[in-house]
Amino acid sequence: MKVLVAVKEVAEATDGFEIDGVDIDRRHLAYGLNEWDEYAVETGVRVAEQFDDAADDADAAGADTEVVSVTIGPERAEETVRTVLAKGVDRAIRVWDDDIAAAELDVAAKTRLLAAVAAEEEPDLILTGVQASDDEFGATGVSLADELGVEWAAVVNRVEVDDALARARVHRELEGGVEELSEVDLPAVLTVQVGSTDPRAASPIGDGPDAEPIERRGLADLGLDAGAVESPFRRTGASVPDRGVSTTYFDGDTDERAAGVADLLRDEGVVDG
Amino acid sequence: MSAGADAEGGVLAVVDHRRGELRDVSFEMVTAGRSLVDAVGGELHLAVVAGDVERFAEMLDVEGVDAVHTVADGEEFNHDVYATTVEALYADLEPEVLVMPGSVNGLDYAPAVANRLDLPLASGAVALSTDGGDVEVTRRIYRSKLEVTVAVEETPFALTVRDGAFPVTDNTGEAEIRPFEVAVDESALGSRVLGFEEVGEAIDVTYADLLIAVGRGIGSEENLELVERLAEVTGGTLVASRPVVDSGWVERSRQVGQSGQYVRPTVYLAVGISGAAQHVGQMENSETVVAIDRDPSAPIFDVADYGVVGDLFEVVPALVEQFEGDETDA
Ligand SMILES: Cc1cc2nc3c(=O)[nH]c(=O)nc-3n(C[C@H](O)[C@H](O)[C@H](O)COP(=O)(O)OP(=O)(O)OC[C@H]3O[C@@H](n4cnc5c(N)ncnc54)[C@H](O)[C@@H]3O)c2cc1C
Repeated sequence: MKVLVAVKEVAEATDGFEIDGVDIDRRHLAYGLNEWDEYAVETGVRVAEQFDDAADDADAAGADTEVVSVTIGPERAEETVRTVLAKGVDRAIRVWDDDIAAAELDVAAKTRLLAAVAAEEEPDLILTGVQASDDEFGATGVSLADELGVEWAAVVNRVEVDDALARARVHRELEGGVEELSEVDLPAVLTVQVGSTDPRAASPIGDGPDAEPIERRGLADLGLDAGAVESPFRRTGASVPDRGVSTTYFDGDTDERAAGVADLLRDEGVVDG
Repeated sequence: MSAGADAEGGVLAVVDHRRGELRDVSFEMVTAGRSLVDAVGGELHLAVVAGDVERFAEMLDVEGVDAVHTVADGEEFNHDVYATTVEALYADLEPEVLVMPGSVNGLDYAPAVANRLDLPLASGAVALSTDGGDVEVTRRIYRSKLEVTVAVEETPFALTVRDGAFPVTDNTGEAEIRPFEVAVDESALGSRVLGFEEVGEAIDVTYADLLIAVGRGIGSEENLELVERLAEVTGGTLVASRPVVDSGWVERSRQVGQSGQYVRPTVYLAVGISGAAQHVGQMENSETVVAIDRDPSAPIFDVADYGVVGDLFEVVPALVEQFEGDETDA
């Protein structure tokens, strides 16, 4: 059985960042694995392990397991990809070229790129994070499922795949502390929620000299052209969110600021005594 | 059966409900839809799929809504039923803009519908500008730290609306209610909803006097003592953001946010919480919000009435001391 996990290297805004044009000034961005994808990777590796464990059982479908990751991102992202290789992913693919670099990737563009890779890999299960913390689309996984014509489930925090690889039982985390229990036919795309499992630390093995090379694909390798990453969206402005709530800041040394908060809480009448 | 062609050029919004109740975002989508109609022309139509659609349709007859299409397929949300239904309604109505909710169920079908209909998808709108007939969508990125405006240079397109971002529309309207039928072969669906489960018992803190909310900034379980002590000396109740709960440091019943609780205390004191949309949406109606965070650009300050920019490991102990003083005075 094969699991494909889509992982993204995300940019995080550093404290007190500055804006340059319609984006955060690059000097104020730090890069790392998307928080949600960490859980998608862990989920994928665990499902594969479960099939590995069942390998003794002669009837188990797909006793040969493989977890493959796919990333859309520049060379810099290989550092992040190495961390997922060190967390139990067997093989990694990175999609990038000059046309992709020049594009503003929207949901449809990501869908086309990932669908082309999925078509090559033919996985039984595809996992993504619920969202990427930088783009906050929260859409690519489900869009990908539709493009591939397979089933899906969004915001999943528990997965059980049956031995015959026919279906998965999932828990979907809804609002307000309610979960939905569903069953989807496989293959399927699941978007994984944070907190769903306990992600393992990276093991040093994946980083060693014997580490697998990261396979690279450009648009042409995937049978696509620059049209695949064109977008009808154009960013026109960027600002720090401002809902017009005016904030009073307490100044002074630590004790003065603490006293400011303490006085406020007393004035509001919310402290005991 | 035809749903009528009057919405052509207009807006179709698919409302959200769960377990017998329309979710607020439905009425927020009406507000968004009305402003879109101003830009693209045509009518504002709503669709309500599954459940008690007639009762829902009556409630949805609010100002600015021209028609409500009811599709009585099943009781609860199923993404395959929704996707098939919305696709059929879209084909019939040919709206310029298809609006769907940014709720967890929206996340589970809106991207599939957009892809199927080949519509560009702008997800998570928090505001819209429709000056001069061009639509610009405002959304948040980088963990809600940056707000960007995005021009949509193609119609038709699809849009999802973030929960709680738009005001609700509630004045009674004059909408026409039209049943719409779609043939869905339930037995051929690739997904089945088996049931629901409540996760833990929520503690009732919704209208507490003082909530002390701790976020990932606390760093480790051992450090929790600090905020527990603050809760003790102030008589406040400890709650937490999601990562703190996911780490197992605070029980799930005390999680504030989209997948946890909605709260509206007199004072919400946020300690080391950045203020992501899924958190803020469920606490911003607190009477007074106070935030302590070392990052001056943390979006929590955007909803805070009072703020302290600083290291919580200095500020919180100093604050505890302020009240410990009280204890000895008493
Ligand atoms: C479908 C979905 C549902 C979700 N549901 C919820 C939910 O119910 N509740 C929820 O909270 N989140 C929810 N989230 C997650 C949400 O997007 C954020 O990831 C989360 O709220 C972040 O929590 P945080 O602010 O504690 O952590 P972070 O964003 O990591 O913020 C930590 C803050 O601590 C500050 N800090 C660090 N060290 C210090 C220090 N020494 N002194 C002072 N400040 C410090 C940092 O500057 C930062 O602002 C959900 C997400 C999704 C996609």
